[in-house]
Amino acid sequence: MSGRGNSYSVPVVPVTTDPIPVRIESLKNKSNMTKTVRKYEVFPGKNKFYCNGRIMMAKQSGIFYLTCSLIVVTTGLFFGFDCVYLAVHVTPAIPAIGAVLFIFVMSTLFRTSFSDPGVIPRSTPDEAAEIEKQVEVPNTNSPGTYRPPPRTREVVVKGQVIKLKYCFTCKIFRPPRASHCSLCDNCVERFDHHCPWVGNCVGKRNYRYFYLFILSLSVLCIYIFACVLTHLILRAQQDNFLNALKSSPASIVEAVICFFSVWSIIGLAGFHTYLATSEQTTNEDIKGSFTSKRGQDNFNPYSKGSIIKNCMTVLCGPTVPSLLDRRGYVVP
Amino acid sequence: MMNMDAITSLPSNQCIKIFIQRDFSEGTAVKFQNKFPPELRGKVEESQFQSTINTINEIYGEAESLSMRTYCESCFACLTAYLAYLCMDTYYEKCLKKVKRYIEDQNKTIYVPHGIMLVDPVERGLRTLEVCLLNEANHR
Repeated sequence: MSGRGNSYSVPVVPVTTDPIPVRIESLKNKSNMTKTVRKYEVFPGKNKFYCNGRIMMAKQSGIFYLTCSLIVVTTGLFFGFDCVYLAVHVTPAIPAIGAVLFIFVMSTLFRTSFSDPGVIPRSTPDEAAEIEKQVEVPNTNSPGTYRPPPRTREVVVKGQVIKLKYCFTCKIFRPPRASHCSLCDNCVERFDHHCPWVGNCVGKRNYRYFYLFILSLSVLCIYIFACVLTHLILRAQQDNFLNALKSSPASIVEAVICFFSVWSIIGLAGFHTYLATSEQTTNEDIKGSFTSKRGQDNFNPYSKGSIIKNCMTVLCGPTVPSLLDRRGYVVP
Repeated sequence: MMNMDAITSLPSNQCIKIFIQRDFSEGTAVKFQNKFPPELRGKVEESQFQSTINTINEIYGEAESLSMRTYCESCFACLTAYLAYLCMDTYYEKCLKKVKRYIEDQNKTIYVPHGIMLVDPVERGLRTLEVCLLNEANHR
């Protein structure tokens, strides 16, 4: 046979290319399915995760829902009752400004509550072993006894001596300004405080959102209070004051909520303004780490020198991405 | 039986690891000590290693600096009530990707041929820069 008969049989051998490695071999015993586990599911701290690891909050977040409800209910009543009157009788800019403030408050609240505050991932077993090895060397005269790794290490930060403490839970030497939150069981960078109202720690990554939240919330509080008063006074001019109150009972509720919360919110905003301008955390301020009472040479090495520079660093400084890789897959 | 070590790209737990610690002398900004570890003597040149560390520190320094770019980025994000962060990478993230590419390149061209592998500090939570000695067994 000629022509196209140039057919030769090529033995077809099935080639197994397996680009996707078997992830967890130990689960072969249970079933032949591969199971992929995301890192947030095996996170060692006490945080709770939602939305497949995208949202991270503290274990107890009940008070956060209270904060949310108070803000939403008060603003809702404001839009429903006072804005209706004021938009017509004064200017429609009032509900517009109110809406912008409300969106900003909720956005910064969610950013503070749902983001990683700056958790330092725990050390790998090799790192922990390396630290222990550094201790065992001087302990050659008592081989039987176990001594825990050294608790402090001293570093000099811009001329100021700072002690780094060893964290027994995370097995790391904490960087300067970091602290371990016992509620979340994590070391957090630039730890400020654990805020139950936002249901999360406040640290390096979410401090600016927290600060802008309390600042905008105090503005919103004062704004709603002022609008409520304007509304009641305008109504009282047409009628008497008691009738004005009867026609708009929601305004009383708003006024009460705003009046009782504004003092603590403004107080907190003022306190954090002081902290931001002096580049300190709540933790450092409470401990008095950088006051002159501790010694003549004691100063804050993190301060940039001027109020404006400190503020800019805190509010507009670079944002470190989360070091936790919550949605990454666990590789055994 | 599949050998896990053959398919994972990370080295096994059998190699010796050296940890380059953070340098806090200028504050809490990310910076690694460029002291040459004695275990690397003979494997790679001191100047080469220090140049690698210095370049890595430079990229981190750029990421952490309060430049006009960072300031404008933060102000813009604030004006959008921080919704802009849902769609864009921050400058810091871009710098971290740059570090990752640099380390991969250095590993491929210089270090792995000498039996050394640098691990991107981001994989260790920016706590330390891990240096693995690939050919040596850990006699622990």
